[in-house]
This record gives sequence, C-alpha cells and structure tokens, in this order.
Amino acid sequence: MAKKEQIAATIKSVKEKVEAVKDKVDQITGDPATIEAVDAVKNATVKIAKAVKAAVENKDNVITLAEAKIPEGPLAEKWTNYKAHQKLVNPANKRRLDVIVVGTGLAGASAAASLAEMGFNVLDFCIQDSPRRAHSIAAQGGINAAKNYQNDGDSVYRLFYDTIKGGDYRAREANVYRLAEVSNNIIDQCVAQGVPFAREYGGLLDNRSFGGAQVSRTFYAKGQTGQQLLLGAYSALSRQIANGKVKMYSRYEMLDVVIIEGRARGIIARNLVTGKIERFFAHAVVIGTGGYGNTFFLSTNAMASNGSAAWQIYKKGAYFANPCYAQIHPTCIPVHGAFQSKLTLMSESLRNDGRIWVPKKLEDAKALQAGKLKGRDIPEEDRDYYLERRYPAFGNLVPRDVASRAAKERCDAGYGVNATGLAVFLDFSDAIQRLGKDVVASKYGNLFQMYEKIVDENPYENPMMIFPAIHYTMGGIWVDYELQTSIKGLFCIGEANFSDHGANRLGASALMQGLADGYFVLPYTIQNYLSDQIQVPRMSTDLPEFEEAEKAIELKIEKLMAIQGHRSVDSIHRELGLAMWDFVGMGRTAEGLKEALKKIREIKKLFWSEVFIPGTADDLNVELEKAIRLADFIEIGELMALDGLDREESCGGHFREEFQTPEGEALRQDDKFSYVSCWKFNGEDKEPTLIKEPLNYEFVKRQTRNYKA
Amino acid sequence: MEKTINITLKVWRQAGPKAKGGFQTYKLENISTDSSFLEMLDVLNEQLIGERKEPIAFDHDCREGICGMCSLYINGHPHGPDTSVTTCQLHMRKFKDGETITVEPWRSAAFPVIKDLMVDRRAYDKIIQAGGFVSVNTGGVPDANAIPIPKAKADEAMDAASCIGCGACAAACKNGSAMLFVAAKVSQLALLPQGRVEATRRAKAMVAKMDELGFGNCTNTGACAAECPKNVSLSNIARLNREFICAKFQD
Ligand SMILES: Cc1cc2nc3c(=O)[nH]c(=O)nc-3n(C[C@H](O)[C@H](O)[C@H](O)COP(=O)(O)OP(=O)(O)OC[C@H]3O[C@@H](n4cnc5c(N)ncnc54)[C@H](O)[C@@H]3O)c2cc1C
Ligand code: SF4
Ligand code: FES
Repeated sequence: MAKKEQIAATIKSVKEKVEAVKDKVDQITGDPATIEAVDAVKNATVKIAKAVKAAVENKDNVITLAEAKIPEGPLAEKWTNYKAHQKLVNPANKRRLDVIVVGTGLAGASAAASLAEMGFNVLDFCIQDSPRRAHSIAAQGGINAAKNYQNDGDSVYRLFYDTIKGGDYRAREANVYRLAEVSNNIIDQCVAQGVPFAREYGGLLDNRSFGGAQVSRTFYAKGQTGQQLLLGAYSALSRQIANGKVKMYSRYEMLDVVIIEGRARGIIARNLVTGKIERFFAHAVVIGTGGYGNTFFLSTNAMASNGSAAWQIYKKGAYFANPCYAQIHPTCIPVHGAFQSKLTLMSESLRNDGRIWVPKKLEDAKALQAGKLKGRDIPEEDRDYYLERRYPAFGNLVPRDVASRAAKERCDAGYGVNATGLAVFLDFSDAIQRLGKDVVASKYGNLFQMYEKIVDENPYENPMMIFPAIHYTMGGIWVDYELQTSIKGLFCIGEANFSDHGANRLGASALMQGLADGYFVLPYTIQNYLSDQIQVPRMSTDLPEFEEAEKAIELKIEKLMAIQGHRSVDSIHRELGLAMWDFVGMGRTAEGLKEALKKIREIKKLFWSEVFIPGTADDLNVELEKAIRLADFIEIGELMALDGLDREESCGGHFREEFQTPEGEALRQDDKFSYVSCWKFNGEDKEPTLIKEPLNYEFVKRQTRNYKA
Repeated sequence: MEKTINITLKVWRQAGPKAKGGFQTYKLENISTDSSFLEMLDVLNEQLIGERKEPIAFDHDCREGICGMCSLYINGHPHGPDTSVTTCQLHMRKFKDGETITVEPWRSAAFPVIKDLMVDRRAYDKIIQAGGFVSVNTGGVPDANAIPIPKAKADEAMDAASCIGCGACAAACKNGSAMLFVAAKVSQLALLPQGRVEATRRAKAMVAKMDELGFGNCTNTGACAAECPKNVSLSNIARLNREFICAKFQD
C-alpha cells in the first residue's frame, strides 16, 4: 500500500513540475513548438509513471515460483531433490505433535493413516456415520498409474504429458510430474492392503482404457474401484484407530478453522448428533473435504458432499483457485423428474466398448422424443456416431469436456433421443456382438443393473440414454508444491485443492491424486512445516481465538434459526442449481455470467430472509446442516461466475461461447490467461482480489488440444 | 408416460436415543413411480416442512447403492421388498397404488436408534478395527505384480469385498448376528496372499469383537444373505468357520 501511495505522489509531483516548466516556457518565449515539446515530455513522463504503478500493483498480485515452492532442477528430479532436502521430524518429536485431518475420503483416510503410522497423533473428522462412507466410495471406473504392465508404451512422462494436455495446459508441470511419479507406488500399496483389483487369467493385474489416453493404464476393481480403494485406506485407518494413534470423530462437521498468530491451530466442529459446538486443537490442520459440485444441486456427488470447509478457510485467508473449472461428465443418466435428488453416473469405462450416437435424421429424433421409436429401431446407416465422426483418432474416448460439449451440440440442434430432447445413446450392441453378452456382463454388469433399476429399461436390448451432468470440480483451495495453503500450517488435499488437473480432469485421475496426496506427498511435505513446530506446546482451546471462532459460529446458527421464513432449504438449493446450470454450465457467455451473478445475489437475499429451518440447533437437525452448507454454496456459485467472467477464453471445463474455433472447439488465449486465478477474500459482500500464479511451461510445449488425428 | 400412485406411510418416529418412539401415519399423493424410495421420503419431508413440522430423519448419502449409509426396514424387509438393492435404489414402481408401507429403523441391540430412522452402526467399524486389515504401513511394499493371484480367487475376493457395511444382515437376523459382515471381510482377505498371512488371527479377533459388542450367535438361518443388497454369499460364513476352527486348533 505504502508503495502505491509513493508512486501516486511521485506522478503528481512530476505532473506539477512539468506544468510549472510549461508555464515558465510560455511566459519567457511563447513559442508554440517549444510548448508542444514540453507537453510531449509531460505526457511521456506520466505514461511511464502509470506503467510503473500498474507493474507494482501487478507484482503484488502475483504468486512467484518461489512462493509456490516449486523445487529447482530438471522436471524428473524435482521431487527427489525436494525429498532429499526437506526437513524431517524425528520419531520422539512426532509423538508430541497433533494433526487434524478433516475428511475420510481417499485423500483424508490415506493421509490420516499414513501420518499415524509415522507416529503423529491424528484427529480425523467426517460427516457420515462411518469413515468408510466418504463420497470416494462411489467412484466406479478406475485409477491410473504409469506401470506400463501392458507394454503399450506408457511411462511416467506419458502419464504426465497426457494429464497436462488433458488439463488444457492450465496445471503446474512440477505437481503433475510428481503425481505421475508416485502413481505406481499407489498401486503397489493398494495391492499390499488386499485391494482385489481385476486380474487376467495369468494372475497379473488387468488394465482398461479411459478418455484422453491412447494406452491402457487404468486399474480397476469391477465397477467399484473407488469403493475398494477407500476400503483399503479405511482398513489402514481402522488399524491406526485400534492402535490409538487416530481418534475418529464421525458425524462431526467442521465449521471453521482457528488461526492463532497467523497459523492454523485447530477447528470448530459441530457434533451432528447432539448439535453441540466443540473445539479441537492441533499443530497443523489438513483439509480433505472433497469438491463443491453440489453447488449445482443436481450432480453426481453424494448428498452430503459440500464446499463449506473450503469456503470457510477461504474466508480466513486461504486463496480459492480456479473456481470456474467444473467438470461436466458426459455419461450420466438423464434428468427425469422434478422430484429428482441427484444424478447417477454411468462410468466412463463404458466408453471403452459403448458407442455414442444420435439419429442422422431429425424426423427419427422427433419420433424418439415422442416415444414412437426405440433406439434399436433405427438402422445402422441412419445413426450418427458423432464422436467417431468428429474425432477419428480418439473416437468415443475423447476427454470428458469434449464429449460433453459434443452431446450438447447435437441436442441443441434437435437430435436428442428422449422425451426432453436432452439425451444421446450409448450403445453396446456392437460390443455384445463382438465379445458376447457374458463378457460385456462381466465387465459392466453392475453398471447395467444400476441403469436398469433406475430407468426400468434393459441396456442389453436397447441402447442406454445418457446426458452430461456436473461431476467434479478441478478448482479448489490454492496450495503450493507442499500442499500448504496460503495460511501457514493449513494444508489441503484431494478434490478440495486445485492442484493437478488444470482446467479438465482426465478419468481415473482423481483417485490417483487423492491417494498420491494422502499416502505419498502430504506425509512428507507436512514434516517440512512441523519440524519447526516441535517446540510449540499443545495449546488450550480456551484461548480467545477459539472462543471467538466458536462465538461466530453460534451467532451464524442463531441467525439462520431465527429467519423462520417460508422456503425449505432444498427448494432454494434447486433454484441455485438451475441458475448455475443455465448460466455457469456447459456453455458460458459474458452476458450469461452477469445474469448468473444477478440471480445468485437474489437467491442469497431470498435465502437469508425466507429459509425455514424446523427444530432446534441443539439437536440432530438435518435441515440446519443443509442450510449451513447452502449458505456457502450460494457464495461459491457467485465466485464461480465471477471467475468465469474474468477468464475470457475457453479451456477444459470452462467453455466461453465467445471463444471457439469455427469448428466449435475450445479456443484458449495463452497470451492472456496462462495463469492460475487465485481469489483472495476481502470481507463479506466485497469484491475479492484476483491474484495470479503464472503458469510457465518449461518442459512441455503448449499446443492446441487435438483429438482428431 | 409418467405414472403416479397414492400411498399411506406408517413411519417410526423417535425424538432421540432415549425417547419413546411410535408409528405416525402420513398420506402421500401423486408419487411418481420413477422416483426412488428416498426421493419419495424427500417429498414427504418437503410436505412436513411446509406444515412447519420436523422432517423425518433418515440416513443416506451416495444414493447409488454403494456407500452403505441408507438403511430402513420396509414392509418387514431391510432395504425393502426388491432384491439385490439398497433402499436408495428401490423405486416406487415396486409398490402398488393405495398401498400402506411400513418404515422402521434397523432393529438390533448393537445398532441403537439415534433419531427416527437413523441408527448408530459404529459397532461395525469396531469389528473392522479389531482385525479387518492387512498389517502393512504406507511405503516399502513389493511391486503390485510380484505375486500373481489366480483370477478366480481374485474375483471371489472381490465378491466378498463388495459388502457395503450397511448392517442389513444383522437387522435381518433373528439373533442379531453380524456373521455375514464379518465373514465377508475375513474371506476377502483370506483369499488373497497378502491377507492370508494373518488370516486366522484376524478371524479370531473379529469374531471375539462381534461377540463383545452384543451381536447374537449365527444359527445358519440364511436370512442375512437373502436380504443382503450386495448378494454377499453364505459360503463366506463357511470359510469364516474354517478359519475360526483353524484358529482354535492353533491355540
Ligand atoms: C459417481 C462418481 C464416480 C467417480 N469415479 C471416479 C473414477 O472412476 N476415477 C477417478 O479417479 N475419480 C472418480 N471420481 C472422482 C473421485 O471419486 C473424487 O474426486 C474423489 O474420490 C474425492 O476424494 P476426496 O478424498 O478428495 O473427497 P471425498 O471422498 O469427497 O471425501 C470428503 C470427506 O470429507 C468429509 N467432509 C466434508 N466436509 C466436511 C466437514 N465440513 N467436516 C467434516 N468432514 C467433512 C466427508 O465426510 C468425507 O469424509 C468419481 C466421482 C463420482 C461422483
Ligand atoms: S454383508 Fe450384506 S447386508 Fe451385511 S453389511 Fe455387508 S452388504 Fe450389508
Ligand atoms: S445412500 Fe449410499 S447405499 Fe444407499
């Protein structure tokens, strides 16, 4: 600030001085040419001063490589170098240090178990009744690793490259390389835990392909990979609970982080069974609370998935990065009624064998929409396999953002295949002919069953109907290379952080990232911080900082309970979801985003004046839980729209209709937007500040993503 | 195309763990047969909130049949009358127009009611903590392909591992036994070389914990497997018994 004032003062004094010179020249000579020359000098000086001012301001709002703590050296050596030079905590001291982990998904459970195994005392929190039920359990398709067991040319570099490219060149090279590097350790670890991955007849591990890759590097356990990986991490966590190294708090919800002298020192959480607000101290706090996709109300996320922990730490000073990067998954069961509570994903692995199409003729589409025809009635030559047509090299396995937009494009053009016109076919008839029904059933049986239970139609006989839905959020809390947020002692892992997927996540890479963070990255990097903390004694939770944080929560809850309006939480959430889907969804425009901001602000007013929460706060109260989360979703939605408005380009999951090629492909603006947008909170109802972390591509050449050839 | 039905619900309401509970009757009209059972309860809850009453508390999360959070004893069946599904995957098309549907929480001594239809299932976590793991730390493990595992064994382990820890087996059992749940975990790990090492110790520890927590004895009625939403097979119980006898032998 002082710097800026100084510069402003200098500009002013230069202006005045040149003005004085001009007057003098005027008095003495009155020669117009001389006066003009003096004027030119004045203008030039002012221009330079302004440029300096802007540069200084910009510099204040830029995160440098050093601040992001990216280690020196060649890409492939960065992580090794880091580990060789980081500080460690010796075993005796580990016992004296407490770490809070919030979340028991893949990221939280693996981190909590690993930290406890090392000797730290861990307090772990989750909303569900058991840590085993975290949203990660629902992941279906698989987890990537660069094992190259298939001998199809895979390598750490290729996995790194595919992830960078899939993320549309909006992720940090160093982080992504590290992710690819540790991916192999994850598979080893999970097998050692007894995760029953699919195997071939020879007894070795099997792989499948996922979007955005031309190799088979995805490990899977039927259609229940997330479940098996989470149960592996949960078993490791359970072992540490039994050892007394982890204290587990289930049915607890973190409502705020406590900061003492600039460092995270604990959390405030609500016991969801009793309604009691409680305080917890730790030397460091790790947030692994998942993504904020439920801002859209209807998404593939579990009902309790929320963005509140991330949002609360944002309000305490942690930067929120790239909020507008949300992933829309192309293969979900279409919306079918006003009562609908969530959307069901049909795993991406289905695109290995399923072919996506709509009719070629509009009249066929109309007949399908009217229910007069079924998919199987349409002859082969009248089908438009539009992904195979548009993207011959990758076909049905293009990345998610590309597949989603292509489906929207066909449906917008009138070729949708269900009553609402918002669905395309995913067809297995070719696969069934080629491989036989049994093989198809053994690969995808549980998914087919799930589809049939929901839609009441047999996908072996009639093609599935699918449509894109909100699925994952690449954006999240900004972290440095050590996974530390902009608040000291506060770390963020898994989907909750922004780190590795850039503007678009490839399939099977979230599980990889969650477990990489939790098993193999955080347990190292956090020690670099904790090594300085060994002298810090456990603090009392009676300290004023705890007191104030708790008071603020109590006031907020009182305020919510007192509204006693006439709208249920869900009814307002649905409204928010619609506004988000319409204006901050698959196709965004400046105008639409402005409209979204207006609508969201109206919804915020509506919420704070009209919401009705029955019951009391000092009891189990599901409506209150939902209301606290919705208050934050509304604000997250606002920041998503703001960020989307700022980013005048199309990249990955962020598609600005103004920025596309004549063929309708995303058009990045690398010269202007090759940065991570980090938003800094400035107070309630104030515009946040945009801080930029430039993305320097040292090792990869940025290209236009091409999945055609 | 959308079909709707009218139904009457008899729902167990209980204000808290120690409160006395009882059935309340609710009428619901025009419920789409395409909606899931939980979506039907959402509709009822919205209606109750509209009447400024407290909604019914029930557990749920993924609504995809995988997290094991949903429960409910519907018309005398855990997870309702349909087979191989959880309550969240049960659809209203399985019910008739005009039908009366009774909804209760899990009834098992080891799963005390928290509120309405929510119960405390932490006893299952405690059983896992007693031994439902392979004792390896993070790092320092062999290459994933170092030990080949016959596909049939791996598939069998996977089937056992599909247990979602929902508690329906104990809720279905007249003795309140958690045997199917315990057997599923013991089997999964015993079938794989990585878990084989500790197999007998694990079986003993988990069964002892189950007994300690107040679950009943298994008398092989098979009600658990019949109601299990994930089709976890009774053969797992046989395998558990074998492990258990081995463990006894070694003592
Ligand atoms: C249907 C579906 C299928 C998917 N399939 C795949 C796939 O095949 N491959 C892949 O790589 N990825 C997949 N993903 C993505 C992947 O599952 C998630 O990104 C990943 O599991 C997130 O893990 P996490 O540990 O970060 O968070 P989560 O698993 O979401 O866990 C969050 C944890 O935080 C807790 N929590 C949240 N807020 C609070 C709070 N305030 N207080 C206390 N606790 C809190 C929750 O209780 C939970 O324990 C899929 C996602 C979905 C929705
Ligand atoms: S064995 Fe079946 S019924 Fe029992 S907990 Fe597991 S999934 Fe539920
Ligand atoms: S809600 Fe997850 S299994 Fe039913």
